Amino acid sequence: MAKVTNILVCGIGGQGVMTATEILAEAALSLGFDVKKTEVAGMSQRGGVVTSHLRFGEQVLSPQIRTGEADLLVGFEAAEALRWGHMLRPGGVALVNAGRIVPPIVNIGLFDYPEDPVAQMRALGIELYAFDATTLAQQRGNIRLGNTVMLGAMADRLPFPAEVLLEAVLARFRSRKPALVEVNREAFELGRAAVAGNATLP
Amino acid sequence: MSASQLVPAAARLFLSGNEAVARAVWEAGVRVAAAYPGTPSTEILEVLANYPDLYTEWSVNEKVSLEVALGASMVGARAFCAMKHVGLNVASDALMTMTVTGVEGGLVIAVADDVGMSSSQNEQDSRFWGRFAHLPVFEPADSQEAYAMTLAAFELSERHDTPVILRLTTRICHVKGVVSTGERSEVEQGGFTKDARRWVMVPGHAKPRVPLMFEREAAIRAEAETSPFNVSVDGTDRRVGFVTSGPAYMHVREAFPDAPVFKLGLAYPAPLEAVRRFAASVEALLVVEETEPLLENELKAAGIACHGKDVLPRWGELAPEVLLPGLARLRGEPVAEPEHLEPQQVFPRPPTLCSACPHLGVYYTLSQLRNIVISGDIGCYTLGAGHPWNALDSCISMGASMGVALGMDKGRGEADKNKKVLAVIGDSTFMHMGMQGLLDITWNRGNVTILLLDNRTVGMTGGQENPGSGRDIHGDEAPRIDFAKLCEALGVKKERIRVVDPYQLPVLFKALREETKIEEPSVIITDRPCVLIDRYEPTLPYLVKEDACTGCGNCIDVGCPAIHVTRRDKEVKASGKEVDLAFVRIDTSACTGCGLCVQPCAPEAIVHVKPLRPVQPLKFLRT
Repeated sequence: MAKVTNILVCGIGGQGVMTATEILAEAALSLGFDVKKTEVAGMSQRGGVVTSHLRFGEQVLSPQIRTGEADLLVGFEAAEALRWGHMLRPGGVALVNAGRIVPPIVNIGLFDYPEDPVAQMRALGIELYAFDATTLAQQRGNIRLGNTVMLGAMADRLPFPAEVLLEAVLARFRSRKPALVEVNREAFELGRAAVAGNATLP
Repeated sequence: MSASQLVPAAARLFLSGNEAVARAVWEAGVRVAAAYPGTPSTEILEVLANYPDLYTEWSVNEKVSLEVALGASMVGARAFCAMKHVGLNVASDALMTMTVTGVEGGLVIAVADDVGMSSSQNEQDSRFWGRFAHLPVFEPADSQEAYAMTLAAFELSERHDTPVILRLTTRICHVKGVVSTGERSEVEQGGFTKDARRWVMVPGHAKPRVPLMFEREAAIRAEAETSPFNVSVDGTDRRVGFVTSGPAYMHVREAFPDAPVFKLGLAYPAPLEAVRRFAASVEALLVVEETEPLLENELKAAGIACHGKDVLPRWGELAPEVLLPGLARLRGEPVAEPEHLEPQQVFPRPPTLCSACPHLGVYYTLSQLRNIVISGDIGCYTLGAGHPWNALDSCISMGASMGVALGMDKGRGEADKNKKVLAVIGDSTFMHMGMQGLLDITWNRGNVTILLLDNRTVGMTGGQENPGSGRDIHGDEAPRIDFAKLCEALGVKKERIRVVDPYQLPVLFKALREETKIEEPSVIITDRPCVLIDRYEPTLPYLVKEDACTGCGNCIDVGCPAIHVTRRDKEVKASGKEVDLAFVRIDTSACTGCGLCVQPCAPEAIVHVKPLRPVQPLKFLRT
């Protein structure tokens, strides 16, 4: 069977994990791939863990990515990336928003937030590119652009040209919020550049 | 969603199972569709409500929705209803007699099992209802099949005069895949035929119909033997052949690409002879079914040797990660794990109440009360059982908070005689199944205080309308129930019914203290909207004056996710006692200015530039 690409996107309810994966799916669909997308969300709107599995290729059967078979892990939050690190295949790549979202359960003192999730993942031997998507989005004037920043970061790690993903992002805004097309284009390129710069680090 | 975003008739659409079912229901010419929201089925009716030329409604519960669908069928309309697995428990009374009457217009019931329990209180295998009620059951394996089987189900329903169950699971409802759709076909509708022997189910009328039900079942079983939905997929490795249905089919193909598979789509009544022929073509047969061994037992009873739950679990999803070790166990081989990193220990991140949620005030107050037992119910407020409140002591089923509270009151022994019994229930759950329980409390003179949390929406499933919201499924104005009057009509004394603003902690605290002291039924209604619906009006966020925060941590006890600890410390009191300090900040992008955290703040360190609502400090709660 032809190779299926497995992308696992993780984060927290409300961060736009599902929307980002949906846009990725639209890009893959536009190229004629068979595509399946599945979420484990539960009551995620209430600040819980969200993972979205995207699989595409010539033919996709099960929608779920097996442990140790994700080609790309996209973490919208640092500790969540660490939680799902074991889903990566050997040689898989992680793209991580280093921004932190600390839940009440940590604030009330019942659990600790990991000291440095990004360093912990690197110590496991994971090829990882970290950047602060939240701050980048805020610098562009809207925290909601974080989603597009994350998509930009993925753009050069896909088995298709970055422009296909950019077009999927912009198409969505063209039809729903045309005024936001240009600022999303910029956010996309910011994410792309953040990872490209990062890649040159030792 | 606007009409322009409706799914078109086209090839290669990217649809969830729920969207695909909705599209097919519309294409089938359905005139009436009803549901009560329930994960993972909710989106079916949400999507359908946007289509033209059919009536859709949110019903008050699943039983009513099924009865609405049946009524429409009686007058010759094609009808549909959708529910989550536990919803069919509620609707089952109607179901078990509908199977005797049969249908006029085609009637399909979509029931969505939460296999893996992502958002439910239990795991059930709804395929049992097919056996119990002698109804055909379709089990799609992906979105395209969900679409195709929905269309086929209406056709089968009319051809065999039977309601049809479309059994979905979370991994169908919420998985998106590529689907090709068609156009709506208008179905010619006859009128209602007065026929008491058909529709009036009294013993004399039901008795002659029961044998017809069994004849129908036998006819559908014969049809299942050659149904295009029951197919054999060839494979080169004939050591083990698989019999499977639903999403498990995809998992089997993924895990064992070379194995022969018999796939059931019209899964009940099972095509036993077709399976017998398949079994003869393989060395061993493994039944892969989510979740219980229904088919396995049926095959064994028919003398078809097979494996199933001897090597596979009886609960949860049968994903490749579960199937591979299962087959290894069957063959007595070691389990080969794919190479992967060890999972890292990370704090749990359970779902929690939203920033500024009106329930925060309720649970903060309840967490400050002692000597109480709180019987809870199903909705966002079930989260009150979690940290930091720990203020909910039971959660069973829709509306159970009422009966359970009454039972606790009547059954309590010496050890509990001084405890106050409370019940917490939301607006939608109260109307779904709670009202009868309250009537039972008042009639039987129970000593229970009820907290009716009216946030004017079905919150947990994403904010659907209900009879208390004053809007219908389309968001159009609709009659709005008055909860205070309703409770009074159900027998609660007028003076024992209070409507309270849950953001005013002292008022809430006082109401609770007073009502729990009085030994008769009382109701406290909170009346602030869910923060996720358009009726909620956010105000200016608060912030913490860094130099004024003393690290007392009182605000953290409110449980709002917008409050974050910036640093921790310890302080030795004059008494020599060491206390933990936690200094905080407020995430201003999440804070909507509800003012709950301001009230327990000892040093009055939480401020915004200009107070918008007078906030009364909660001094009397401090010790």
